[in-house]
Amino acid sequence: MTTTAPRGTTTPPTSAEPTAPRRRVGRTWFPYLILLPAVILELLIHIVPMVTGFWMSFVELTKFFIRRWTEAPFAGLDNYRIAVDIDTPIGQELLSSFLVTVAFTALVVGLSWGLGMAAAVALQRPFRGRGVFRTLFLVPYALPLYAAVITWNFMLQRDTGVINHLLVDQLGLLETAPFWLIGENAFVSVVVVAIWRMWPFAFLMFMAGLQSIPDELYEASAMDGASPLRQWRAVTLPMLAPVNQTMMLVMFLWVFNDFNTPYILFGTAQPPAGDLISFHIYNASFLSWDFGVGSAMSVLLLLFLLAVSLLYLYVTQWRKGSSDA
Amino acid sequence: MRRRTLLTAAPLAAAGAAGLAACGSSSGGGSNDSPDSLTYWASNQGTSVENDKEVLTPVLERFTEETGIDVSLEVIGWADLQTRIQTAITSGQGPDVLNIGNTWGVSLQATGGLLELGDEEFEALGGREQYVEAALATGGEEGTDPASIPLYGLAYGMYYNVKMFEEAGIEPPTTWEEMVEAAKALTDPDEGVYGMSLAAGSYTENNHFAFINATQNGAALNDAEGKPTFTEDGVVDGILRYLDLMQEHEVVNPSNAQFDNGTKSVTSFANGEAAMIINQNNANATIESQGMAPEDFRAIPFPAPADAVDDCASHLAGINIAAMADTDNRDGALAFMKFMTSPETQAELGKPFASLPVLVDGEPTFTEDSEQADMFMEVYAERSAPLPLVAWEDQFETTVGQAMNAMFATIATGGKVTREDVVTAMQTAQDSIRA
Amino acid sequence: MRETLGEKIFRAVVLVGLSLFVLLPLYVMVTTSLKPLGDVQAGFSWLPSRLTFAPFIEMWSTVPLARYFLNSLVVTSVATLFSVAVAIFAAYAVSRWRFRGRGPFMTAVLSTQMFPGVLFLLPLYLIFVNIDAAFGVPLVGTRIGLIITYLTFSLPFSIWMLAGYFDGIPKELDQAGKVDGAGNLTILLRIILPAARPGIVAVAIYAFMTAWGEVLFASVLTTEETRTLAVGLRQYATQTNVYWNQILAASIAVSIPVVVGFLMMQKNFVAGLTAGAVK
Repeated sequence: MTTTAPRGTTTPPTSAEPTAPRRRVGRTWFPYLILLPAVILELLIHIVPMVTGFWMSFVELTKFFIRRWTEAPFAGLDNYRIAVDIDTPIGQELLSSFLVTVAFTALVVGLSWGLGMAAAVALQRPFRGRGVFRTLFLVPYALPLYAAVITWNFMLQRDTGVINHLLVDQLGLLETAPFWLIGENAFVSVVVVAIWRMWPFAFLMFMAGLQSIPDELYEASAMDGASPLRQWRAVTLPMLAPVNQTMMLVMFLWVFNDFNTPYILFGTAQPPAGDLISFHIYNASFLSWDFGVGSAMSVLLLLFLLAVSLLYLYVTQWRKGSSDA
Repeated sequence: MRRRTLLTAAPLAAAGAAGLAACGSSSGGGSNDSPDSLTYWASNQGTSVENDKEVLTPVLERFTEETGIDVSLEVIGWADLQTRIQTAITSGQGPDVLNIGNTWGVSLQATGGLLELGDEEFEALGGREQYVEAALATGGEEGTDPASIPLYGLAYGMYYNVKMFEEAGIEPPTTWEEMVEAAKALTDPDEGVYGMSLAAGSYTENNHFAFINATQNGAALNDAEGKPTFTEDGVVDGILRYLDLMQEHEVVNPSNAQFDNGTKSVTSFANGEAAMIINQNNANATIESQGMAPEDFRAIPFPAPADAVDDCASHLAGINIAAMADTDNRDGALAFMKFMTSPETQAELGKPFASLPVLVDGEPTFTEDSEQADMFMEVYAERSAPLPLVAWEDQFETTVGQAMNAMFATIATGGKVTREDVVTAMQTAQDSIRA
Repeated sequence: MRETLGEKIFRAVVLVGLSLFVLLPLYVMVTTSLKPLGDVQAGFSWLPSRLTFAPFIEMWSTVPLARYFLNSLVVTSVATLFSVAVAIFAAYAVSRWRFRGRGPFMTAVLSTQMFPGVLFLLPLYLIFVNIDAAFGVPLVGTRIGLIITYLTFSLPFSIWMLAGYFDGIPKELDQAGKVDGAGNLTILLRIILPAARPGIVAVAIYAFMTAWGEVLFASVLTTEETRTLAVGLRQYATQTNVYWNQILAASIAVSIPVVVGFLMMQKNFVAGLTAGAVK
């Protein structure tokens, strides 16, 4: 979506450039004015609660103090120490939940990317019925989360679910019906359910991105004797790079922070193999009234995500900068 | 440039946070600023939230007639109740009167968010003696003024399938060992029938049995100073005994490890897939709604081992009712609590909510079968004990309950749980308690 | 330009595989919602033992579904409307002016995406309570409170996307407008908005879907009167029974408007998102 700016006009395409005055002096209050609603709302709903959350992590906020929470005793870094001390159950469980979430995110983002890409490429060329597939593939994403996940919960039941009915009774692939919602398999279940919901989003983004790739590039590449695979690597991937970058970051954040999927899929019987970090923190704070430690865990999570995002942005900007002509 | 904005943002945020400090709750005595109305949060005790509302509305209207106080009712499902209570206590804004699970009694007392009931309050309520003593004890730590009073009583019973027992020529068991024998005789995995069904994936159910079995062994989950003692022999043996129903004796379908609430094992029983279940006395409604006729099942006390120290058959289950410390209609709230625990109301609500009366001479209306009524009343009054009356009781429920969930899951998926594993799990649970 | 055999096979495999993956749960949803309760509790069967619409009827009375539906509709629509409006203004400012604090604003706004929602809950609740106490504006348990919350939740992503989209609209158009004597507001309304329509639609859809399915905050900020669907659906698992067939019937009922709307808008959604992303 780039416009070829005629020579002589000042239309810088990126946002990180020196602040040369570009508007006549005088109406400089206008941007602040129209920004105001957003600022007020953000402060009210996001920023102030976040700051409060930070404060809560430095304070001993348990059921004893929750009523007079302004008087809660200062705990310094105690809450953080408890959260990261892997010699205690609390610290251990946080670490294991973190690792589970990392594995979960890697698999879900990776496989959603793969499936989305495959579907977008498969539907790249027009053919009769293409619209039907496109529509069908978007349904999981459009479906409200609760409906989708509760259906999977129903399907994964050991005795009454369709998955085991297929695998054991009809296809005979397995001897005994395995459990999908407890034990080790729970990890597989939550990954599959998350992918089911996430891959259409990747598909959607790729599909749109593909549409902007001119056919001539493919033709030229085909004339050079490139195989479809080679064309994909040489033409499709690089042209999709901008879409890719943003999408990966957004997907990473959404998937890592996913609270609803494990909450609805496992209900109150949360298995350790599927213990994702967002729910884990909820468990550690709301269910046990230990808001100080829960807040500390959240802040740690925030720092981690911030670090990863900054690193990612830095690497991609650097790459972009070095590859820009 | 950048710095300036940050500097302006910081004081704004800080001011905002300081503004929050203006809130936080006031004194704990309640006031009588609005004597004409009450807000009441009820828990889901019947077949659905809607149904509960239908049941309670005429009762509340009677209260309004008698006292002239308007009651605004909200029935809250169990999934949300605890969070709602937490936010109410934190902000000081909430109902005037509310239901709480009686196992939360001591934890909530510790927050100071519930109105403490001293001599003056009990005078308004009609005296302490009218309530079953053990039930009243759930309202607070020993030696302190309780912050809630019992409203609905519940007790565990062991429901068994009469036909199955008759056909197999087995007598209903009176000891744990007899129960296991009966279960084994009635287990036929090929037919899909098991001797017992347990809510093995429900941390709330599991922790109850950890307690009951431990009590039967004469062990307690906390010592005199209120510290957790989960690794005591009696506790560990009690848990292992319960786990062995699935592991050693194989009288429980491994699928039960997925049952994350009691309703699921009841459904299993009603469908003829299990010969026995251990459930609270309000299971009748569920069983019958699944198509089982009342004469096809009976309940008996949950048995203890033949050499048990204590014949505890249930934990003291039930619902308490409490007033919020910040209520602005203190007298009205107390009057309401008295009304809800009065003999007429108790008798009226006992049937739809299948609850046991909490009054010493209360009349059981939860069933027409007088034998069953007597049985449950005896269990409630004589053979049940309250869960640990300590502020960390809720942590006990989650840590021990979830540990048992995990152990059942291990067994169900083919693993083995040894006594040492149980000890380790209990030690971990105990270490997680931030008392 | 002819397709190779490899490509054909690839396409067939991918399409069939993904179709099955997508269709299975959908099929289960539909058939289960037409089954009697007994079917649902027994082992799975591909077809209902007898087709019944009872779940679709009973679901309205087990839980006050109609009220929840209405609440969700009102809250979500209003939140979406205002969210898009606020985002448009903010994106306009960010895109067209290099004002002081622009960087920190965007950073702060984006960083809100990383904070786990659970921790906003208690502080946010307290803020609302305070406002009620100080200004007499009831926010807890009202639809307004939920609307304000939801509209802010979707703001960061919306502003980010719209700003990127606006950046792609050439500033010459602005200049041309100015030359004709148009003020800033007119430029926004007459020039930028029409050109940014796909982006706006995308953001509106995103805001709608975010609000429609949100569970955690709704469970705390609503009362019986104002409860939304997302929370209401959980109440089908009651004290005595788990009414699977009704849960899925209700799920279908609440999904249809969203799915249909989404599918109708999806072209715009895609165009809007990718343009913003490419930027």
